Amino acid sequence: MQLDIRLPIGLMFTLLGVLLALFGLIGDKSSLQSSLGINVNLWWGLVMLVFGVVMFLLGRRGTATARLTEESPEGMKIEELEHRSGMEK
Amino acid sequence: MKLTFLDWTIMVIYFVFVLGIGFALKRYMRTSTDFFLSGRSIPAWITGLAFISANLGAQEVIGMGASGAKYGIATSHFYWIGAIPAMAFIGVFMMPFYYGSKARSVPEYLKLRFDEKTRGFNAISFAVMTVLSSGISLYAMGLLLETLLGWDFSFSILVAALVVLVYVFLGGLTSAIYNEVLQFFLIVFGFAPLVFLGLKDCGGWAGLQMRLATVATSNGFASGAWSESWKFMGTPAANPMGIEWFGLAMGLGFVLSFGYWCTDFLVVQRAMAAKSMLAARRTPLIAAIPKMLFPFLVILPGMIAIALTYKSGGSGFTLPKKPDGSFEYNMAIPMMLGHYFPTGMLGVGLTALLASFMSGMAGNVTAFNTVWTYDIYQSYIKRGASDQHYLWMGRMATVFGIVISVAAAYITTRFNNIMDMLQLVFAFVNAPLLATFLLGMFWKRTTGHGAFVGLIAGTVGAAIHQGLTLPMGAHAGIKGGWFGAVHIYPSELAQAFWTAIFAWSACFLITILISLATKARDEKELTGLVYALTERPRDDQLPWYQRPALLAVLILLGAVVLNIMFW
Repeated sequence: MQLDIRLPIGLMFTLLGVLLALFGLIGDKSSLQSSLGINVNLWWGLVMLVFGVVMFLLGRRGTATARLTEESPEGMKIEELEHRSGMEK
Repeated sequence: MKLTFLDWTIMVIYFVFVLGIGFALKRYMRTSTDFFLSGRSIPAWITGLAFISANLGAQEVIGMGASGAKYGIATSHFYWIGAIPAMAFIGVFMMPFYYGSKARSVPEYLKLRFDEKTRGFNAISFAVMTVLSSGISLYAMGLLLETLLGWDFSFSILVAALVVLVYVFLGGLTSAIYNEVLQFFLIVFGFAPLVFLGLKDCGGWAGLQMRLATVATSNGFASGAWSESWKFMGTPAANPMGIEWFGLAMGLGFVLSFGYWCTDFLVVQRAMAAKSMLAARRTPLIAAIPKMLFPFLVILPGMIAIALTYKSGGSGFTLPKKPDGSFEYNMAIPMMLGHYFPTGMLGVGLTALLASFMSGMAGNVTAFNTVWTYDIYQSYIKRGASDQHYLWMGRMATVFGIVISVAAAYITTRFNNIMDMLQLVFAFVNAPLLATFLLGMFWKRTTGHGAFVGLIAGTVGAAIHQGLTLPMGAHAGIKGGWFGAVHIYPSELAQAFWTAIFAWSACFLITILISLATKARDEKELTGLVYALTERPRDDQLPWYQRPALLAVLILLGAVVLNIMFW
């Protein structure tokens, strides 16, 4: 029903992964000295991309989400208690 | 350190997502229970990751990196004995009372178990503490970004505060928790390559050990003092932390660690948002798994930084020094980011750093707005208003909580000593709390008067202990010794650990004495609040991987193995 947390995480990492990997492929290679000659952008970008895609796909199942109080048994117990004890009207 | 367009783009993408989550959740914040407790509906793995992420603030990342450089692998004690056992304990033994009592906050549990005055004392000190500590970490962030990137102090703290304000205001605790999970992954992905590159620069673990031996011998310690965590804990003089095993195990491993992980509402709130008792109990247990591995992510970079400074690697990294000749330990991780990461990855690393600041701050802010609204406003100012009114008050509390934090950050720039003093006072107030909770939950005879007087006695005990002792080389003043120094500790850490031990013992003894002298509460009223009078949650129907007790045993075994590996 609500926003599955894995969707935004998946999207963000996919986006960041694509950006990094693309830059690692076609971007300026002169700054690679600092990273000991390893193309961190390319390799780590790909790792982030894979992670992002997996999270996104899992997120489409829509199970990892907060729900409204009225749909949550434990949440309703709190509401009831608040009303019964007069903490809330 | 120079940022390019790509780095900026990455940072902007992060901000867009963080704010986007807040906007997306806005329409699900219909009642105050949605806003403060996420409707008690969140699955355990999400609350679990939020549980550690809320703690993964600036102090954690920057501070643990700095300690890694200063003390070496012994810093892992803050995790393997200073967190894991406490997290296992709260999951198995304490969560049934927090969650099962339907208390909406930690102070409210104190009210149910003891009385109004104990709750009031805890709620007010906690509320003041959280906003001010969030201000202090804002200050640290502004200062860091100023030295690192030349950003304007006001600009960086205002932007960070505004972003946190917007997403907590809109989406309440759910928004904070969702973003904490996102921030958790970002921090892991942002720092992991740093550890890889740093280790490679050292020539692997063996190369790091060899270099750390030089660090240790140059500082007058045995060669393994930076790479072996327990071997030199026999006497304070043999290890860079300046503490012996007993003070470490009791002070850090018991009083401070259990006191923080088992009673601090900042983390407990995450577990209280879980969707069932079982999910709430599994929250700290799930959190313990990544927590156990964090030393490799946050302490190791600090160790690498100091190792390469003493004996340089291929890329010539060194730690900068302060004008007085001591190392800028706090710059260990930020400087390494700038040194090893090319543009692009640098953007991810810096964004991860920002994420850690923001997750810590959001944790403080959500804990504050809940305690303010439930335990102060609803209890003492306006009771029995409509649900919508408290939802509105929660949003307002978010705004003024953040405004006070920002103000505190500015005050810190002017009067550093005031903030140091406040933090000391907080430490005194916090240190005895654990004794109150342990007695309250596991000894049904404990009374409200006992708890309240015990808390005060513990706080006073801490202040007296601090006032009578000094760390080596310090002068009487903020470091202690106001009543004359009766004892000199080998280090500030040792003094802090022993202050905690004294505070805990004072509170424990006085609570017992006063409780025995005052009238006990009717046992019927204590059902669900005290161990002996509460039905144990039944776990034998569950598959093994869901049973809290079994999970806790596995986690403890993991911590034992890690301790032995790096003995």
